[in-house]
Amino acid sequence: MSSTSFPFLPVLVALPLVGAIATAFIPKTKPQLAKVVALAISVVVLGITVAAVIAFDTNGDRLQLAESYKWIPQWGLRFSFAVDGIALVMVALSALLVPIVILASWKDADDDGSGGRRNVPTFFALMLALEATMIGVFAASDVLLFYIFFEVMLVPMYFLIGSYGGPRRQYAAVKFFLYSLVGGMLMLAAVIGLWVTAKNGLGHATFDWQEIVNLAKNGGIPGDLQKWLFLGFFAAFAIKAPFFPFHTWLPDAGGAAPAGAAALLVGVLDKVGTYGILRYCLPIFPEASKYFATLAIVLSLVGVLYGALLAVGQTDLKRLVAYTSISHFGFIGIGIFAFSSQAVTGSVLYMVNHGLATGLLFIVVGFLVRRRGSQSISDFGGAGKLMPLMAGVFLIAGLASLALPGTSPFVSEFLVLIGTFSVNKTVAILAALGMVLAAAYILWMFQRTMQGTLNPALKDVAPMKKDLSVREKVVVAPLIVLIIALGVYPKPVLDMIEPAVKATIQDVGKSDPVPTAADGAQK
Amino acid sequence: MDSITYADATGALSSMWLLVAIPAVSAAVLLLLGKRADKWGHWLGVAAVLAAFGLAVTYFFQLKGLDNRSAALNLFEFIHIGGLEVNVGLLFDPLTAVFVLLITGVGFLIHVYAVGYMSHDPGRRRFFAYFNLFVAAMLLLVLGDNYVMLYAGWEGVGLASYLLISFWYERPAAATAGKKAFLINRVGDVGFALAIFLMFATFGTTDYAKVFNGVLESEAGQTVSAGVLLALGLLLLLGACGKSGQFPLQTWLPDAMEGPTPVSALIHAATMVTAGVYMIARSATIFNANETAQTVVVSIGALTLLIGCIIGCAKDGIKRVLAYSTVSQIGYMFLAVGLGGGAYALGIIHLLAHGFFKAGLFLGAGSVMHGMKDQEDIRRYGGLWKHMKITWATFGLGWLAIIGMFPFSGFFTKDPIILSAFNREGWTGWLYGGAALLGAGLTAFYMTRLFVLTFHGKPRWEMEKHGDHHADGDEAHHAGIKQTADGRDIQHPHESPLIMTIPLIVLALGSVFAGYLMSTSVVDWLTPVLGDAPEEHGRLSHGTVTVLTLGVVVIGAAIAFLLFRNGTELVERPARTHIVRAARNNLYADRFNELVFELPGRLLTRALVWVDNRGVDGIVNGLAAAFGGGSGRLRRLQTGYVRTYALSILSGAVLVVAALLAVRLG
Repeated sequence: MSSTSFPFLPVLVALPLVGAIATAFIPKTKPQLAKVVALAISVVVLGITVAAVIAFDTNGDRLQLAESYKWIPQWGLRFSFAVDGIALVMVALSALLVPIVILASWKDADDDGSGGRRNVPTFFALMLALEATMIGVFAASDVLLFYIFFEVMLVPMYFLIGSYGGPRRQYAAVKFFLYSLVGGMLMLAAVIGLWVTAKNGLGHATFDWQEIVNLAKNGGIPGDLQKWLFLGFFAAFAIKAPFFPFHTWLPDAGGAAPAGAAALLVGVLDKVGTYGILRYCLPIFPEASKYFATLAIVLSLVGVLYGALLAVGQTDLKRLVAYTSISHFGFIGIGIFAFSSQAVTGSVLYMVNHGLATGLLFIVVGFLVRRRGSQSISDFGGAGKLMPLMAGVFLIAGLASLALPGTSPFVSEFLVLIGTFSVNKTVAILAALGMVLAAAYILWMFQRTMQGTLNPALKDVAPMKKDLSVREKVVVAPLIVLIIALGVYPKPVLDMIEPAVKATIQDVGKSDPVPTAADGAQK
Repeated sequence: MDSITYADATGALSSMWLLVAIPAVSAAVLLLLGKRADKWGHWLGVAAVLAAFGLAVTYFFQLKGLDNRSAALNLFEFIHIGGLEVNVGLLFDPLTAVFVLLITGVGFLIHVYAVGYMSHDPGRRRFFAYFNLFVAAMLLLVLGDNYVMLYAGWEGVGLASYLLISFWYERPAAATAGKKAFLINRVGDVGFALAIFLMFATFGTTDYAKVFNGVLESEAGQTVSAGVLLALGLLLLLGACGKSGQFPLQTWLPDAMEGPTPVSALIHAATMVTAGVYMIARSATIFNANETAQTVVVSIGALTLLIGCIIGCAKDGIKRVLAYSTVSQIGYMFLAVGLGGGAYALGIIHLLAHGFFKAGLFLGAGSVMHGMKDQEDIRRYGGLWKHMKITWATFGLGWLAIIGMFPFSGFFTKDPIILSAFNREGWTGWLYGGAALLGAGLTAFYMTRLFVLTFHGKPRWEMEKHGDHHADGDEAHHAGIKQTADGRDIQHPHESPLIMTIPLIVLALGSVFAGYLMSTSVVDWLTPVLGDAPEEHGRLSHGTVTVLTLGVVVIGAAIAFLLFRNGTELVERPARTHIVRAARNNLYADRFNELVFELPGRLLTRALVWVDNRGVDGIVNGLAAAFGGGSGRLRRLQTGYVRTYALSILSGAVLVVAALLAVRLG
């Protein structure tokens, strides 16, 4: 592992952390300063991320931008950072969403007279702390370091929900925390088990991802052990993603969290689950991954349909969006465990696109909820008349969420399904039903909030008459541009993802099926 | 058949991406500029389509000069993962050319018409933005050189259709109709998507040429089972049925009439709803390879054309009748393309002729409504020919064209379809031919009813100022219309402005001449794509079928004329027979959907919401509570313990990291 000229990844982790600490010390009486500092730092982080993306060579080694510092030599623990294409796009997604969310949440922490003790600098400090942990979790190339980020990530989100959320914030925050904690403990056990195995297999203590993967490749992790360790990791990831039936914390957390935090929660945080499966479960436990693939696919498939049906039945805007995400995570899960290059690439791209689309959806919902003072769908109705621009943006976010061609989520959903179909037709056919349900929940939501006769109650709500402000336009514009640009020309991202996906599929020992016509011709 | 190759685009044709780009950019400009473009936005929209039409004509003549009669243009790589390679690529061949001309030509006329029709609507700019968006998507649909591009255009026109049906979104009926259209189309789209997946799994590609050659090779080498080809055909057909309003997915199309009338004319009559026919004709190689798939297409066409006719006879809304007649006429097109062989081209020329006369009829209906304060009920028209002569004359020509009267357009395009249906091998020829013939008679009946009730007989509405005195003596006139003085029913019918009547006249010319002009030229033109028409030695001669068809058409029209020349009741009387009741209820198709899909879906959703809140969540909470020694402790955790816990984890982690760092640095 060679060291690059500029330590991109450690800086990307450290800078927001330093920023968080600095922001936290800004006195409560200067909220504006805290906001500006937080925004500035997140923008710098985004700039460095762009530089890192440029420095990354899509045709180069699997792991790049590697940096490693000694930490606890006795345990073989190091501060190791390195990214493959998959990790890099997730880092980029995090770095992109944070400044957007900070700007979108500009006034969300302000004392609106109902929330009690809201501390503005802390809110933005938590956002930056969250960014540091998110980037860290994706950039880590050391299993224990990954685990630490995975756990610490909970803390800022816990406070964001618990202190700045909606009416049921306490309940939701605790539920979120307990679920994640249980998963984390199972993973910790598996991490220790893996460490012991690696020590026995390699003869020295290490948590290094590459070394462990090489060990696994040479059959150094026996079958039965693989299954147990896989389950430890998988449980944590399945809760985090979340997969059915571990999903019930998400609607509560997503419904109670402030909209910006919810966008990060669903847009990035949950992706750590699916990312973890790709980066840790598949390469390290290839046999177990294949063994449990059916189970994982069934859970994902149930999630696709179950999440979508529940989204149709929701009466609360934020909970609705949260349930749509459960459906979308099902697609990601199916794609990962189909083990074909199209499906897995599609899943990774899905993580990015879902972050953009659902991020936008949560942000717009946040605008709406803040104006109306209610999350209940029935409190809206005909609002498009008052706010045509808002309605348009809301519709674009919705159309992206239902994977309309021309928006980026289409590419990923298409890849997942086409890649899955060539491996398992039944699963792809059933999952495709999710496409119809997606149209149902999105369009019905849009109809109930924006179309139809104007809800008379809205006439008395002054903020509902204000269409998007300049700040809000600045927030949504980059997301819309990216959604459409990557919908028309997804190649740059696909090029970045594909080599890493190929390597991962090789780790599992799978290859793409041959077209049946060519197959038939050979016979 | 030889293997299929497309030549690379050269010369002017290498700029054919402009066809999609111009209307797309115009739509984007209209949407992004917002109110700033209100004053001139509609003219930009018209100009964009005119420019596209000009280009289309240029490309058409260039294509005519090419030996290979095809031009493929690869723009850029869209997706390339493993064996999957999808390009953003365009193909201009004879089949595409006629569609591009139809879309831009008729599209331009309807855009012009809409400038007048929407002149009083505050949302006119938004309307033209969506209209341009539609044109862009529709052109992408017919220009794509692979199934993914076709799919992208396919869903794109679906979006435009949704936006335009629910254009008056503050009306709940319009919003619901738009959603219904999108949802039912999505059902079809899933079929289409699965067809693409199956293509990839089977042939490893989604490009037209490669898929078709794969099918041809597989026929020779038996590399693909008949079941796969059948599945491929049926899945494509499901998509086609959704977009084209064919059984069993027809119910959205009549509801789509909630949109402004130009939308009904362009999208839900002339172009978008015929995309299914385009898809089947484009995939001729696939359908030719499996007879069962073709039989299903023919059956759907025959069934749908009858469904459309029967319901069309029972409806009173002028646009509803026209909508069902669209369903029915597309049934004829499906019938034709399902018959295969030479009938493919017949389906396409009927489609083109239909594009003219149905667009003309819809615009005529819009002109009538424009002069009748948006009254749609033909029971409340009558005698309008005196007040809107141009509309009357052009509508009349459209009427003669659609019922297939000699020598108008429909005669030259519908008649050969009926002939081909009769000449299908085996007893099914009688079945499909009979259905097509019966349909022709029914079409003549309900279209004559529509025409006579609208333009002839005594007025069943009242003039604005002196209306009260006229009606006294007439029994049929007392249903209370004159009381509604708040503006809806007392009428002042008038002809529409020139900007609306000129497109009507042009389309009427098409209704008269297009059929004859296209009946041989376009068929020959399409031969490179659809293959030669084999010599037909049928059981019935052309002459016999022509006489039969004209006979039933005259009978149908005569019955309608005799029944309705004196007008009709102002309100619908209760149905006395089951067939009338069923027809008025759209043959219970909506009821069926409601009972079989909507209601169970709603119940399932409700049950799942309950289960998720009580069951899944309850079990997990229960377990957590059990571990924690009762729910009381859980509740206590919520009030602050975990907060402390979280804080301690954080500070612990920070301390550990700091300590370790210190050790390392030291």
